[in-house]
Amino acid sequence: MPDGAAPVLEVRGLKTVFRTRGGEMHAANSVSFHLNRGEVLGVGGESGSGKSVTMMSLIGLLPSPPAEIRDGAVLLGERDLLKIPPDELCHVRGAKVGFVFQDPMTSLNPVFTVGMQIMEPLREHMGMTKAQAEARAVELLELVGIPDARSRLKSYPHQFSGGMRQRVMIAIALACDPDVLIADEPTTALDVTIQAQIMELVKELRQKLGMAIIWITHDLGVIAAVADRVMVMYGGQVVEHGPVKEIFADPRHPYTRALLKTIPSIAGAREARLQVIEGQPPILSAAPTACPFRARCAHAMAVCEAENPARRAVDGAPLGHGHDVACHWTPPAREGAGHA
Amino acid sequence: MLTYTLRRLLLAIPTLLLISLVIFLLVDLAPGSPASEIPLTVPPEVREKILESLSVNQPIFVRYLLWLKQFFWVEPLNGIDWLFGTNYAEGMQRIISYQTRSPVFPLIGERLPQTLTVIGTAYLVGVLIALPIGIYSAYRQYSLFDQFGTMFAMIGFSVPTFFTGTVFIIVFGVWLGWFPTKYDTTLEVTDWDSFVKQLRQMAMPVMVLGLANAAAISRYMRSSMLENMRQDYVRTARAKGMSERTVVLKHVLRNSMIPVVTIIALGIPSIFGGAIITENLFGVNGIGAALIGAIRGNDLPMVQTLAFIFAILIVTFNLIADVLYGLLDPRIRYD
Repeated sequence: MPDGAAPVLEVRGLKTVFRTRGGEMHAANSVSFHLNRGEVLGVGGESGSGKSVTMMSLIGLLPSPPAEIRDGAVLLGERDLLKIPPDELCHVRGAKVGFVFQDPMTSLNPVFTVGMQIMEPLREHMGMTKAQAEARAVELLELVGIPDARSRLKSYPHQFSGGMRQRVMIAIALACDPDVLIADEPTTALDVTIQAQIMELVKELRQKLGMAIIWITHDLGVIAAVADRVMVMYGGQVVEHGPVKEIFADPRHPYTRALLKTIPSIAGAREARLQVIEGQPPILSAAPTACPFRARCAHAMAVCEAENPARRAVDGAPLGHGHDVACHWTPPAREGAGHA
Repeated sequence: MLTYTLRRLLLAIPTLLLISLVIFLLVDLAPGSPASEIPLTVPPEVREKILESLSVNQPIFVRYLLWLKQFFWVEPLNGIDWLFGTNYAEGMQRIISYQTRSPVFPLIGERLPQTLTVIGTAYLVGVLIALPIGIYSAYRQYSLFDQFGTMFAMIGFSVPTFFTGTVFIIVFGVWLGWFPTKYDTTLEVTDWDSFVKQLRQMAMPVMVLGLANAAAISRYMRSSMLENMRQDYVRTARAKGMSERTVVLKHVLRNSMIPVVTIIALGIPSIFGGAIITENLFGVNGIGAALIGAIRGNDLPMVQTLAFIFAILIVTFNLIADVLYGLLDPRIRYD
């Protein structure tokens, strides 16, 4: 982790609440993390763990009402995105922060051409003329690997396959050379071969363009393949965070361990192959005062009920820069592993 | 797009022929005949002669084919003659109204302008009111504006035009005296004053019908907007940093217009059909009044012709709606 250089994006104590008829729903609780230039941060956790909500809160993409951001700071460079007025935030979205969504089949507007949809942010944020925007759109489509780019500009989304549409979505997100690209389960709706292609593409683009990427997924296998660092979320909070190698080699949180066990393996006896985590993620009607995972945790103790564990560093590095975990339980030292 | 349009056009031909047969038979087989209008004091041989002159004593299929020929051949030729002063249609039998013993088409031509100005304006006003209400109601769902819009639509939907019309006449015509209660069909617009007069006499029927039209269309617009506002591509547009204005009025509206345009286009034939009740209430001597008169007088050719003209209009605007649908939605086009 190259310390010292200022991170591109820094999130401090973000709290997002949904106000519904049945009361409040605390979807993100004191989420803090940072993102360095050129790195890929993988955000993992099952559905309902608060991954997407957290990322959408950053740039005001959640409909408000019902969503409300209660507290925290989102620093993009010098500016706090939570404090700037909505019309200025428009020029951050799409220009400084690109977003790729899960379902490419529905994420493009069916009645406009692909070219128009790529050119729209270029003209809005970069003030390009039509000809300039068109040239750039061709460049972008070529960049994301769509052949015959110029003639494809006039095509409509329904004339593209799912993988191609996701490439178009990536082209749109990259259009204005954003500092940060947030990819919300970009490969989940695609079949495995296309998934691999998209992952390769993103890795390649990151090499070429040097932007920072937040990759949200429930599939830790994907994180292992693309990410530098991992942040595991549960119940709207960060439960474990650290460099990808550390997390996979030495997971500390029972939830991370359980998640890693759920990755199906081709080897092994048939009945031992598929593991599940029993139960459902919690719906938090108040800011948690106890560990949100306690009900599903194999290692739950009395203290887990009494106190929501804070994140603590595991490897001695400053909090948020090394491996840290939010858990009261300490796993027994592994035999032969030199973890002091 | 062209093949799509041509395909639809070709399909319209058998549709129209079938409709013409159904209309002809339906009207012809209905109880009541021109003979029943002839007083019993008329001697039988004279009666026979009258029926012969109306050619109602021939077999029904002969009359059907004759009517088809008159409708699609003689009358268009007459139209050409009237326009260019030629005489192609000389000596050909036109469709004759039993009641007036004069050709049907000029009669319709006399009535149509009244209907088109009043009811056409009402429709246009209705659409122009409905679209913004629908769009804004959906954008601010459950807001005060939306509640008012809903109430407005409920009133427009549920209160019949003969009631709103009467209320309007009492309030604006009698109490306030702003507008005349009766529509003067003889008024000719020649200068500013007569134009203002025309506007004033149009105001009430236009308001009554406009309210009814706007109610329905604003609801369609609202629900279509709401449905599209939830779509993923709207989130994408926001994520691209588009302004709310662009998101709503470009991305959402274009998609939401697809069903609404169809509904608007399909509603247009009803303008030509006239609004029978409103025309009666305000004394607009339009096509609706003509149809009612013809039905009462057993004027079969007039009823058949009017009904078939409406059918043609409905098929035509159906076609227009389909083409517009294809223009708005690239997924529909057959190319």
